[in-house]
Amino acid sequence: MGKKVLLIEDEQNIIEAVSFILSRDGWEVKTHSNGHDAIDAVRSRAPDIVILDVMLPGKSGFDILREIRADEAFSGLPVLMLSARGQAKDVEMAEHAGANQYMTKPFSNAEVLDAVRNLVTA
Amino acid sequence: MLDRSMVGTRIRERRVMTGLKQAELAEKAGISASYLNLIEHNRRRIGGRTLLQIAEVLEVEPTALSEGAGAHLLTALQEAAAGQRQIGDSSDAIAEPELDRVEEFAGRFPGWAGLLAGLSERCTGMERTITVLTERLAHDPQLAEALHEVISTATSIRSTAAILAETRELEPEWQMRFHRNINEDGQRLAEGAETLMHYLESAPDTGADIRSPQDELHLFLEQYGFHFSQLEGWGAAPRVEALVDNNPALRTEPARILARNVLRQTADDARALPLEDMRRIVAKVGVRPDHIADKTGQPLARVCRRLAFLPEDITGPVGLVTIDGAGALLLRKSVLGFALPRSGAACTLWPVYEVLAQPGRPLRRILRQGDLSLEALSLTEEVRPASFGAAPLTHAHMLLLPLEKGAASEAVLDVGVTCQICTKSDCPARREPSILSGGL
Repeated sequence: MGKKVLLIEDEQNIIEAVSFILSRDGWEVKTHSNGHDAIDAVRSRAPDIVILDVMLPGKSGFDILREIRADEAFSGLPVLMLSARGQAKDVEMAEHAGANQYMTKPFSNAEVLDAVRNLVTA
Repeated sequence: MLDRSMVGTRIRERRVMTGLKQAELAEKAGISASYLNLIEHNRRRIGGRTLLQIAEVLEVEPTALSEGAGAHLLTALQEAAAGQRQIGDSSDAIAEPELDRVEEFAGRFPGWAGLLAGLSERCTGMERTITVLTERLAHDPQLAEALHEVISTATSIRSTAAILAETRELEPEWQMRFHRNINEDGQRLAEGAETLMHYLESAPDTGADIRSPQDELHLFLEQYGFHFSQLEGWGAAPRVEALVDNNPALRTEPARILARNVLRQTADDARALPLEDMRRIVAKVGVRPDHIADKTGQPLARVCRRLAFLPEDITGPVGLVTIDGAGALLLRKSVLGFALPRSGAACTLWPVYEVLAQPGRPLRRILRQGDLSLEALSLTEEVRPASFGAAPLTHAHMLLLPLEKGAASEAVLDVGVTCQICTKSDCPARREPSILSGGL
């Protein structure tokens, strides 16, 4: 079994596409689609990397990321953030919250794959 | 000093403009041509009777020659120069304005100087407007949602299409699923694009999409004429949600929150002062909040609010302005054409601000705004009492009523709307120049 990716995203078709390309690349993909209990999903799935959308129902990706970083067990967990907002202040906010990489939508499959591979092996 | 030294220059400019020869002006002013020549070249100081005579011949106010451009014009030109300096790096071909010659410029070419100053002020005003609109666009929840929808859908299509195009030996089941997803997303993208188009098309004409939550609230209240029959009687609280939900005027959650607060207060007021009781009392004592408060035992502030939210067939025209302790307008119901600003600070002479300085002491004033006179009853309401740890929170209300016969002989307070659109020239309370008298 490959390494685990937890994809936290609420767009069903994006979930299907990203899950597909990562699975084909040998990753074990788990998904979660709301912000409320995303931190619980991180704790229970214990992934090797999290792909986290910013705009989620219930709680923003930034808040979830802060919760992840506040938990000592996940302070070093690689997190790739996805967002439709690409302004400098958004990137800066993601950095402050503790994101390892910030990727703006629409992204290519190759970009996501490269980022995931690099962040896990880094 | 520099200003006065340009008197001669201004005389010459004015003389040339009127088509007079130097000798003709000298003769009509009763001085020699050579003396006028010296004056016009600023080599002789001029004042007193000679200046008056020259001004009379040139058909101009003596001050226009002696003082030249007003301080306002000079300041405006200096500000225009400062603005030019700020953008100086990007305007390589434009030379620096000669600040040391600003008075000469204004004195010699008052028309051009006024035009330049006016354009510069207008430009600053437009920049301010652009900043406000840009901020609103950047933070408009509807636009953000529409853009997010389009970008998310485009992301899904891009990713799915790449899988279909690039994956060799894709199982038929996956193929079918991704084709279906692309079809769905295509439809969503079309709808998202349409929403965006509607948004962008409607914004410039109507301003509908750059409304503030306060604007939305007031549009909603005006739709109902500030009366909600659904909230009369007991058990009205649950009906608040029904009024707020799906009302097209209340597009944003902040506006819906404001509307819920107002409606809950309205329902409370209606329960304390039932409609039929109010109809009977008003018929008996008139729209007199103090009398009604006496008869019902209800606080004066509640009575005023209730009067403003009753049907006009009971009360006649009634307006209401409510502000918080900082002076921000919370509620505005206009009456008889009494102008109220949409947002920001109103005329500081309004008695509703006066009562904030003396809480607990209601105030009656006759107001005149333009040609309209009416009665204003102002009072404060403690919305959170003081405690050892916190100051009281106070709102102030101003009930606006038509003037009763006989009241016209009382002392009248002249008020405006807000400084920006007020033309009173000698107002000691003016915060900023009017755009009506000074241009943008």
